[in-house]
Amino acid sequence: MLARSIHPEPPTDDLRWKPVIATMRRYGFAQHALIETLHTVQSTFGYQDEVAMRFVAESLRVPLSRVYGVATFYHFFQLKPPGEHTCVVCMGTACYIKGAAHLLEAMEDRWGIKPGETTPDGKVSLLTARCLGSCGLAPAAVLDGTVEAKITPPALLTDVERMSQRAHVRIETEAEEAVTA
Amino acid sequence: MTPESLTQVAEKERASSTPHSLQVCTAAGCVSSGADEVLKALKAEAKARGVACQVKGVGCLGMCQAGPLVAAEPSGHLHKFVTPTDAAEMIAHLGEPPTERLALDADQAFFKRQEKIVLENSGSIDAERIEEYVAAGGYKALAEALSDLTPSLVIKRVTASGLRGRGGAGFPTGVKWATVAKAAGPRKFVVCNADEGDPGAFMDRSVLESDPHRVLEGMAIAAFAVGAHEGYLYVRAEYPLAVKRLKLAIKQAERLGVLGRNILETGFDFHVEVRLGAGAFVCGEETALIASIQGGRGNPRPRPPFPAERGLWHSPTLINNVETFANIPTILRKGAEWFASIGTEKSKGTKVFALAGAIRNTGLVEVPMGITLREIVYDIGGGIPGDRTLKAVQTGGPSGGCIPAEFIDQPVDYETLNKLGSIMGSGGMIVIDDSACMVDVARFFMEFCMTESCGKCVPCRAGTVQIHGLLTKIARGEAGLEDLDRLETLSTMVKRSSLCGLGQSAPNPVLSTLRYFRDEYLAHVVDHRCPAGVCKIAAEGEVIR
Amino acid sequence: MSPDASVKTLVIDDRDVGATGDQTILEVAREHGIRIPTLCHLEGLMPAGACRMCLVEVVGSNKLLPACVTKVSEGMEVRTQTPEIKELRRMTLELLFAERNHICSVCVSNGHCQLQALATEHGIDHIRFPYQYPRLQVDTTHPRYGMDPNRCVLCGRCVRVCAEVEGAHVWDMMGRGSGTLITAELRTPWGLAKSCTSCGKCVQVCPTGALFEKGRAVAEMEKRRDFVPAILAGRDEGDDLMP
Repeated sequence: MLARSIHPEPPTDDLRWKPVIATMRRYGFAQHALIETLHTVQSTFGYQDEVAMRFVAESLRVPLSRVYGVATFYHFFQLKPPGEHTCVVCMGTACYIKGAAHLLEAMEDRWGIKPGETTPDGKVSLLTARCLGSCGLAPAAVLDGTVEAKITPPALLTDVERMSQRAHVRIETEAEEAVTA
Repeated sequence: MTPESLTQVAEKERASSTPHSLQVCTAAGCVSSGADEVLKALKAEAKARGVACQVKGVGCLGMCQAGPLVAAEPSGHLHKFVTPTDAAEMIAHLGEPPTERLALDADQAFFKRQEKIVLENSGSIDAERIEEYVAAGGYKALAEALSDLTPSLVIKRVTASGLRGRGGAGFPTGVKWATVAKAAGPRKFVVCNADEGDPGAFMDRSVLESDPHRVLEGMAIAAFAVGAHEGYLYVRAEYPLAVKRLKLAIKQAERLGVLGRNILETGFDFHVEVRLGAGAFVCGEETALIASIQGGRGNPRPRPPFPAERGLWHSPTLINNVETFANIPTILRKGAEWFASIGTEKSKGTKVFALAGAIRNTGLVEVPMGITLREIVYDIGGGIPGDRTLKAVQTGGPSGGCIPAEFIDQPVDYETLNKLGSIMGSGGMIVIDDSACMVDVARFFMEFCMTESCGKCVPCRAGTVQIHGLLTKIARGEAGLEDLDRLETLSTMVKRSSLCGLGQSAPNPVLSTLRYFRDEYLAHVVDHRCPAGVCKIAAEGEVIR
Repeated sequence: MSPDASVKTLVIDDRDVGATGDQTILEVAREHGIRIPTLCHLEGLMPAGACRMCLVEVVGSNKLLPACVTKVSEGMEVRTQTPEIKELRRMTLELLFAERNHICSVCVSNGHCQLQALATEHGIDHIRFPYQYPRLQVDTTHPRYGMDPNRCVLCGRCVRVCAEVEGAHVWDMMGRGSGTLITAELRTPWGLAKSCTSCGKCVQVCPTGALFEKGRAVAEMEKRRDFVPAILAGRDEGDDLMP
């Protein structure tokens, strides 16, 4: 046994690497901790960049291509930084039946973005959720963590407009986490 | 902790109750409508006035569309659409019937026609306090199994109850347990599949948020029965509240000695770990779920060998769904015969459905197997709003089918739903009225399956793309009759040759709508018109993006 | 699991054949000269069961089973050429042709391509489904080899040979569904992928012209597969993730 740590040092002195390392340590740096570790990267950094993926691959001794394969397989993991504000449209069956597709059309017409995309100025990201489990409130959308129930396309556009003008505050709420690309 | 001291915990908890209590639903639906603020306001008001009223957050009360909901005990009064400003009035008039604006009739069919096993504690206990679960009789079944029963006796009881898997396919639970118990291996695992991915279903989420200990107790009993000492709960990361409550529940259960090492001082060990899904519907398939727990892409592998013989880390693995495990404690406590007396000959017990779509009462309901669709839609669900008429009931989500209104008097059980071209599924039930186009509905589900296909096998990866393309062509009024044939042939091909359950069932919504609503397909193809007016039919020469 | 060496007798296409319990239907059929088409399978690599070309009917089972991973059992009755199976195989091939851009006349592997050979074998002269024409970017950054994802059938043989035989694991699948692609490292241009040993095994096992040697003209790319040891057969996908 070598006396010094066999695990690589974090790529920068950013304190946000600490929770990432803590997750890997909790699983004894086992390869099967990959998804749990990417979850921690996602929640601390907001997305997976190349530096993070290389660090995780090296620490868990998982091939780079496998890390990339896993990170791109699961919709929860984002490879690009998120916009300042997020608009999540629920695409569950109940919401779809009640016209959720029109919400997406309205967003594309007004902002020129499709689900998974961010406006060029980085203000607004549009995402979809498979089901928020709030089917009684269909169609539902989540703007920066606040659920908007039984929303119409014009109302959504007005609210997104207002949201985009607010200063950037990152709120980690349940609803915001309830997102798949 | 011994079985005796468990009784003491229960008694102490019961003795501490106050004359009045207000129970605020803090499941996802009500939280989305602002239940947290209501809970805070009620707590503050009760404290300010110094009244002996316990205000607590509880699990799902069921009628999500009227949230936030508050139940008053012991009066049983229900309050709907509660806002923080209602707190003063509610605390001032404890025990009295609510005002008309807040009153929700607790005697209506929605509540009365339900039969609750899995949801028996939902809406009455605080999911974040193990003492409340114990006071409601929790962990008694586990204590009995560990001290008075043998593993084979437990399996015998589960088999005798007639319980079938609630994840969708309906495989007899007792048979599965017996297979894992028999399988040789130094290490075995129990896995709870909580990767509920059907868009429009939130039963598992609700159970985990409302009564997490019930699932843990079911898993521990299963572990004892099959001889496993390690377990995983695979939960969608999109359910942060459920994850939080589960992790808390595991901690509390370990502290109380009903989980972990030397459970209830019987020498039996069972450790449970939560693993997060990451947004892949296919991971509900058991071999994909295993790949995902092992840290890989959620690609399924061919079965056999089944996970019961060769699963997680190549060891025999029992995989059951949340609702299946949630039934276990009650079955052991009340007896297999009691459970088997509910339901039909081949489908025993109850089923939880997430009722949504074109229906007055949307929310979570638990009904005895064998109940008719009519009772669910019209009595419990309160019927179709507006002057619309019922067209179909969709069960089983993207793996299921659409049952047309003419079969409204058919019983809800595994065999009947299969015969009608649908499946029981995990419990999504979407009511569709005549404003919906069935071609569009089929296309919605196919788009879902196409995006959720893992891409490993050719029929599912490439076949769903082509089926979706054909449905789009039909929806635009650009298809010919030969395209309908092609749609049918290709759907059958994908069903027959795909590797896993996702691909094998992906064509179901198409095949069932072709079977019952062919006239709607023909209207698009022959008459170039969408009877419901949903689809954008292309004018001659027009290109729709 | 210990290998099952007991002798089994079974029937494949009305012929009585003998086998040992640890053999797959495909192995036994090949030993007896019974042709079952395969695409993602390659002896010596872990079986995947992904392409569905080797589906066969086993009497008593209501599902069709992939011959490459299904173990034989006593008294088993296997049918490899029913009208249904033949039609399903045809359609699988048609789906593959429609999915990417398989234009044989301009391909280095023309005449030496397994996909092309299977199409000929199954008499495919037209495709019933619209072509998707995905226009994927070709990677020619490696000094000796190239990768054209437009010709890829996602069989995963390159991924497996690189991980299981060469031990480099340069390749893996990325994305999912119809957006699945083969990727080197973190979508690194192949020529810059440091883990690549340039052994060329991936190129040799590729059934089509997706992976090719540079400098070959149309129809010049013949592949050799003599380096794949058979000892790895029987392992499962994901075995390298064992704790």
